[in-house]
Amino acid sequence: MIDPSTPGFWQNLLGVVMVGTGQTLYMVGVALAVTILVGLPLGIALVGTERGGLFDAPFGSRAVGVATNRVLDFVVNLGRSIPFIIVMIAIIPLTRLVVGTFIGTTAAIVPLSIVAIPFFARMVEIALKEIDPGLTEAAQSLGATRAQIVRKVFIPEALPSIVLGLATTITSIINFSAMVGVVAGGGLGDVAFRYGYQAFSPTYVLVVVVIIFVIVQLIATAAAAIARRLSHASLPQPGLRGILAPGTRQQSI
Amino acid sequence: MISLQNVSKSFGSGPSAVIALDRVDLEVADGEIFGVVGQSGAGKSTLIRSVNLLERPDSGTITVNERELTSLSDAELRVERRRIGMIFQHFNLLSSRTVRGNVELALEVTGAERRERRRRADEILDLVGLTAKAGVYPTQLSGGQKQRVGIARALAANPRVLLSDEATSALDPETTRSILELVRTINRELGLTVLLITHEMDVVKTVCDSAALLEAGRIVEQGPLVSLISTAGSRLARDLFPLGPVPRHAGSTVIEITFSGGSADRPVIAQLSRNHGLDVSILGAVIETIGGNQAGRTRLQIPGSAAGARAAIDDLRSQGLLVEVVGEGNR
Ligand SMILES: Nc1ncnc2c1ncn2[C@@H]1O[C@H](COP(=O)(O)OP(=O)(O)OP(=O)(O)O)[C@@H](O)[C@H]1O
Ligand SMILES: [Mg+2]
Repeated sequence: MIDPSTPGFWQNLLGVVMVGTGQTLYMVGVALAVTILVGLPLGIALVGTERGGLFDAPFGSRAVGVATNRVLDFVVNLGRSIPFIIVMIAIIPLTRLVVGTFIGTTAAIVPLSIVAIPFFARMVEIALKEIDPGLTEAAQSLGATRAQIVRKVFIPEALPSIVLGLATTITSIINFSAMVGVVAGGGLGDVAFRYGYQAFSPTYVLVVVVIIFVIVQLIATAAAAIARRLSHASLPQPGLRGILAPGTRQQSI
Repeated sequence: MISLQNVSKSFGSGPSAVIALDRVDLEVADGEIFGVVGQSGAGKSTLIRSVNLLERPDSGTITVNERELTSLSDAELRVERRRIGMIFQHFNLLSSRTVRGNVELALEVTGAERRERRRRADEILDLVGLTAKAGVYPTQLSGGQKQRVGIARALAANPRVLLSDEATSALDPETTRSILELVRTINRELGLTVLLITHEMDVVKTVCDSAALLEAGRIVEQGPLVSLISTAGSRLARDLFPLGPVPRHAGSTVIEITFSGGSADRPVIAQLSRNHGLDVSILGAVIETIGGNQAGRTRLQIPGSAAGARAAIDDLRSQGLLVEVVGEGNR
């Protein structure tokens, strides 16, 4: 049992919490990058291979489209339904293959990505389904290719919703990252567990909770602001907008 | 310019199948504005969407700009689509792009350079009168302005054909008029062929050179307005110039005279009473200007039976007027 009256308590806490925060940000950051890289195309594929979708008949075959959609949907549901702690253990061989070891902070990124990808893919799917099909038709009527429709219609139009979905995804990655102590992943969750539970110091728990709360809050606020800025829907005066954002985005993505 | 031959399309299968288009033949001449009217569910949208193959018909051929589209590969079809502009009832503008960005989309697709895109977008925005709004996002525009952006986007890549599916149906009458004027201007100045879908007869009267009536997936009538109007029993003509239900008057004959071209300003009624001694009364009349020509119908009541009025009717017909006996009272 350590408590704030112990000499060097606060210096120790600062050091431990800083390391923990750094590990959490590292894990979450890399896992997030991987999640976007894989989850975004996966979300697009989920919507695209649906009936009437942009890729509903890959290689000219509707059957391939149906099969792809079913498989992707199944994989995403599977990924979302298995508890994280089990995922972590179940994919140890994969983690070993990718990182070389299944122990440590870097190794923890693999299971974190594995659970976040299907989560984010669903968010992307939902965001894309909100797009008016008329926009796709308009682009098609102009002679746009599928790739152009994805780049110039799907992603920019869904971006505000995708950003909000991303914030939710980050929150859930942070959430899961608290459990990676099991594979010696470190991070803030591990700090709370070791110092709060095993060494029984409520102060550590409190500090960790506050830091995580602040991070999540910052992300949510930033995401909401970015989404609003991107959506162009509820903007004030055009003049004011011009002042706030000189040289508005007029170019294509 | 646009030619549909034997085009059929049905949705669903088995007993619940809906036949949206039933062996449709349609000919739209170079440089004309062609209107398709019909009731809701008649297949109008399916028809126009099949012209650029947004909807692929089950059978038949579609020829636009001298190319048969149904046999083209995806890549070839995309090239042809650039020569077929389309505007939509709900505008379908990208909310993520400014007005100029929306217009530039049409040019990005063709692979035009950034500077050229910008130049062309500004040029076409000037044509539709939206230069001042180039940097604004669509949510800040009125419906009429949005449709102007839609038109600018459709025209940016210099198509030869413009398709319009109920482009004015979401607009008020005033705005509708200004958009139709713009379509007319484009048609005249750029020589664009326009195929438009509408459920408003007024739209046909205001801008169309030719029209077709679609009913349950079939074309019932089609042709230039001037000839439709002088066709006996034309439903389109009747819908264009509605005179209401024919009243029943005992002991009198009700006739309708269709005027078109030069006959509109002839003193027909005065002649009838002078040459045949008939007390003609006017029950209703509509005169409109169609394609710069006066056209319309007048409903007259002549005392006596049709046999009695025969001489007068024959006289009118001999002058080249279209006369229909629509009501005969029995004595
Ligand atoms: N994608 C579709 N799936 C199933 N049925 C369809 C589809 N599109 C159209 N239909 C059916 O085909 C018929 C013609 O529809 P269409 O939209 O062409 O009519 P319309 O003349 O444009 O009607 P409106 O004036 O209401 O727009 C209707 O019975 C409609 O229900
Ligand atoms: Mg329709």
